[in-house]
Amino acid sequence: MTRKVVITGLGATTPIGGDVPTMWRNALKGVSGARTLEDDWVSKYELPVHFAARCSTPALEVLGRVEAKRMDPSTQFGVIASREAWADSGITEIDHDRLAVAFATGIGGVWTLLDAWDTLKEKGPRRVLPMTVPMLMPNGVAAAVSLDLGARAGAHTPVSACASGTEALHLGLDMIRSGKADVVMCGGAEAAIHPMPLAAFASMQALSRRNDDPQGASRPYDRDRDGFVMGEGAGALVLEAEEHALARGARIYGELAGTSVTADAYHITAPDPAGLGATRALKAAMFDGRIQAEDVVHVNAHATSTPVGDKPEYTALRAALGTHIDHVAVSATKSQMGHLLGASGAVEAVLTVLAVYERKAPVTINLENQDPEIPLDVVTSARDLPAGNIVALSNSFGFGGHNAVIAVRSI
Amino acid sequence: MASNEEILAGLAEIVNEETGLAPEAVESDKSFTEDLDIDSISMMTIVVNAEEKFGVRIPDEEVKNLKTVGDAVSFIAGAQA
Repeated sequence: MTRKVVITGLGATTPIGGDVPTMWRNALKGVSGARTLEDDWVSKYELPVHFAARCSTPALEVLGRVEAKRMDPSTQFGVIASREAWADSGITEIDHDRLAVAFATGIGGVWTLLDAWDTLKEKGPRRVLPMTVPMLMPNGVAAAVSLDLGARAGAHTPVSACASGTEALHLGLDMIRSGKADVVMCGGAEAAIHPMPLAAFASMQALSRRNDDPQGASRPYDRDRDGFVMGEGAGALVLEAEEHALARGARIYGELAGTSVTADAYHITAPDPAGLGATRALKAAMFDGRIQAEDVVHVNAHATSTPVGDKPEYTALRAALGTHIDHVAVSATKSQMGHLLGASGAVEAVLTVLAVYERKAPVTINLENQDPEIPLDVVTSARDLPAGNIVALSNSFGFGGHNAVIAVRSI
Repeated sequence: MASNEEILAGLAEIVNEETGLAPEAVESDKSFTEDLDIDSISMMTIVVNAEEKFGVRIPDEEVKNLKTVGDAVSFIAGAQA
């Protein structure tokens, strides 16, 4: 008998809300977190992109000054989201040897790495601080969360670019099912709004150049989409073995019914135009959760707003769900908060869990002229989801050909 | 040239910045590790910041001899002389 795994705690810090209630309220309203960057480095380096979606609540307004000093910004976001999720779960007593962490990032401590490089060049090796290595290492966020919670059943960092956050849930589910842990703090964190990653993503033509209209720049499925908007932040979810949650009378948001991870093995950055890897991931997650296409009422799509990315996902959804996809409410929440890279899957998982729990699908903004090649039923104003047993899917795809899917079932 | 009192006050500021400890807790007879609970990574950060603040060089091999706040004050005063 496979152990059933449920979600009992949610946390987030994002461009449209520094905590879950604020983010959810805005996600249903439909707001944009994108803003023109006021930093002097935008003009200093003549960056082609002048905007991004920063977290609405700066980390230093939440964390203590001294603890924040020892964390890269990505870790700061991860710890903030994890603390909210932990408090939300209501867990007060736990066997810490049975508590694990699966906290992802796409890039890791890029601010720390590049600041240290600047320091080395300007001031010499003596000024490169001793906390540099633990702050820049990609596992820094999982390690910090593990320390913060006293999680001793393992602290893992899935790294698969923009699929990382979703892959963390895949790993967490596996750890509970296989008996390695009873509770896993899963999530993803990213803080890469730094001139170098902005230049690099712009160089590969991945970012929108809509400098005169930052809030209208992220427009998944729109005919005039021209790239994604860089976001930052973190999402966190407490996964718990159902019997563990029931024994303590926990509030249960939903069941993490199935997950999957596949690889395209097609191209290092381009998605397979036929969406074959994504299709296999969707089918595998549904098989894993014993889900029929007709059970699915909502999809939180990966939909980054790039010209090449949005369509293969549609192809995959149609291949996996058949004509039922015409009856599925699809939300592209990156339209509101931009692309949180390695955190996006975790934040979108939080939104997907809330969609199932609250039975409401969040809003896709900026859809003015829907691409005729992507005839999805896109949610453009908050929509109620049906009563009864329902399932929602969330997709994430990453450079490298990574595909990850989760399926959340109502309780 | 800073007096020992000025060095102590400056050091207390650096320790406060790094650890959050109240500056008045940073007294001459306090051990960095035993009393102030400062780990080796924080200690190195404090050393590097002290070097910059007081314009001295504190060699790595010297750091292990700086057991108390007073040791550090004396070393910095000597290095400035």
